[in-house]
Amino acid sequence: MNLNTNKTTRPTPASNRWVRWLLIGAVALYVGVLILAPIVALVSGAFREGLGAALETLSQPEVLKAFWLTLQISAIVVAVHSVFGVIVAWVMVRDRFPGRKYINGLIDMPFAVSPVVVGYMLLLLFGRNGLFAPLLDALHIRVAFAVPGMILATLFVTLPFMVRELIPILENFGVQQEQAAATLGASGWQTFWRVTLPALRWGFIYGVTLTLARALGEFGAVLVIGGGIQGRTETATLYIYRALDERQYIGAYSAALVLGLISLLLVMGADWMRRKERNPA
Amino acid sequence: MEKTPPLSLERRLSQPAGKNVSRRPLPWGRWTMRSIALTYLTVMLIIPLLVILQDGLRAGLSGLWAQVSNPIAWHALKLTLWTAAVMTIINTGMGALTAYVLVRYEFPGKSLLNSVVDLPLSIPTLVTGVMLVVLFGPQQALGVWLKQKLGLSVIFAPPGIILALLFITFPFVVRAIQPVLMSLDRTQEDAAATLGANAWTIFRRITLPPLILPMASGALLSFARAIGEFGSIVIVAGNIPMYSQTAAVYVLGEVESENRLGASAVSVVMLAIAFCLMMIVDAFQRRSRSNLS
Repeated sequence: MNLNTNKTTRPTPASNRWVRWLLIGAVALYVGVLILAPIVALVSGAFREGLGAALETLSQPEVLKAFWLTLQISAIVVAVHSVFGVIVAWVMVRDRFPGRKYINGLIDMPFAVSPVVVGYMLLLLFGRNGLFAPLLDALHIRVAFAVPGMILATLFVTLPFMVRELIPILENFGVQQEQAAATLGASGWQTFWRVTLPALRWGFIYGVTLTLARALGEFGAVLVIGGGIQGRTETATLYIYRALDERQYIGAYSAALVLGLISLLLVMGADWMRRKERNPA
Repeated sequence: MEKTPPLSLERRLSQPAGKNVSRRPLPWGRWTMRSIALTYLTVMLIIPLLVILQDGLRAGLSGLWAQVSNPIAWHALKLTLWTAAVMTIINTGMGALTAYVLVRYEFPGKSLLNSVVDLPLSIPTLVTGVMLVVLFGPQQALGVWLKQKLGLSVIFAPPGIILALLFITFPFVVRAIQPVLMSLDRTQEDAAATLGANAWTIFRRITLPPLILPMASGALLSFARAIGEFGSIVIVAGNIPMYSQTAAVYVLGEVESENRLGASAVSVVMLAIAFCLMMIVDAFQRRSRSNLS
């Protein structure tokens, strides 16, 4: 209904026509300078010495290792949030207990907490003089300046994505189907597995994509907790940071381009799937 | 798969106000879910946040103030706040304009523009920083030109910080306003036009008022996001104390030089700002949702 009123072409007075093109032009200029120009600059920077040079830098063992570590951390983070994100979202929508509203508000906090502070919080917990240091020493587990700490940091940073994708779907899905299933004799878990989960499918896929894109690009938090030790805790973003520092510009630019492209394709793919899901025709 | 509108309507009709609780035959299932969710959130979110709060306030409020009022820390916080404020003003204006153009006008390339708006959400902020350095860096053509013709340094200077923040937060205001603008009933504008109001009056008196709340929540969200931004800024602004060092970069420096008091104090201030802003944003969003329905 609303779409129709927006779509009706109304006669535009001549005086408004130039205002309209002025506004469109201003927006196009702004987006072009602010967003498109830097992207074009990065692409041309990465291929400054040709495609061969970019590919050669990218296939160095240290670069491949950094990307591999990023992939491993992201995969674990996605797996953890896939389980706990669904549970948290379900509890936030279907359960009632005192303080639920405050906890619901807290879930958004990672959006606004600085990644550096996230890494630092984990250092306070797991670092040399950290709260859990005695326990970790006794168990011979290293969290700070090691991969487990980087996984925790990425988990913190990506916590809202899955939950925030699922909550509105669960709210709209309502409880009728669940109650119907229960009436037909399904147990609580059967209802959850057979009725609730399938309804969440698309939100879940979108949540996974957003979590993955954010995890691949995480930098500040893994820098602080992981220390960026070359060959051990250096992820793709930390490699880019070091390459810039060491003036290996082709390496930094082409790795940044690859990382940006992967995230971009992921999110675009998910958008495309979502649109297809909404209008299957 | 799920047919959203009829279901939610049905739900509203059949449920007592606001209640959405399923009656499950097995309460232990719900208890298990609840305890898993709460344990997870406590371990992942609440404990880390409490630990840093406790560490920052270890020396009391006066101890925290002593750390924050150290000239370098104070300058870093001030720089963070004013660059975020400048970004918020520009972003709110341009974001509102972009949303307006996207909703109200038909023009070639509109769907392209609509997808470009979301680009910053999917690009890692470190990559954003690298992009800006390639474009405006002191050795790059454009950077040299700006420096020689206008005496303007972008990289390793505050303008670079503002540019990076503008890039990252561009979607926030646009996407906050767009759905509200789309849902506005245009007959009111037509009525005003019939009554002789000119375009500017119509915009100011009819179109703008319902957009204020979403605009404000989008603006605050971008401000909150900007306070903690690190990846792009450390690349674009470098780490020059008293000039281009922001609060997040300052915290990193203090962590690396093992000044725990300083790192914790500035972190707590940043967290407090973020927390207050997110509370306001949450309240705004809830109010504008209830306005809509």
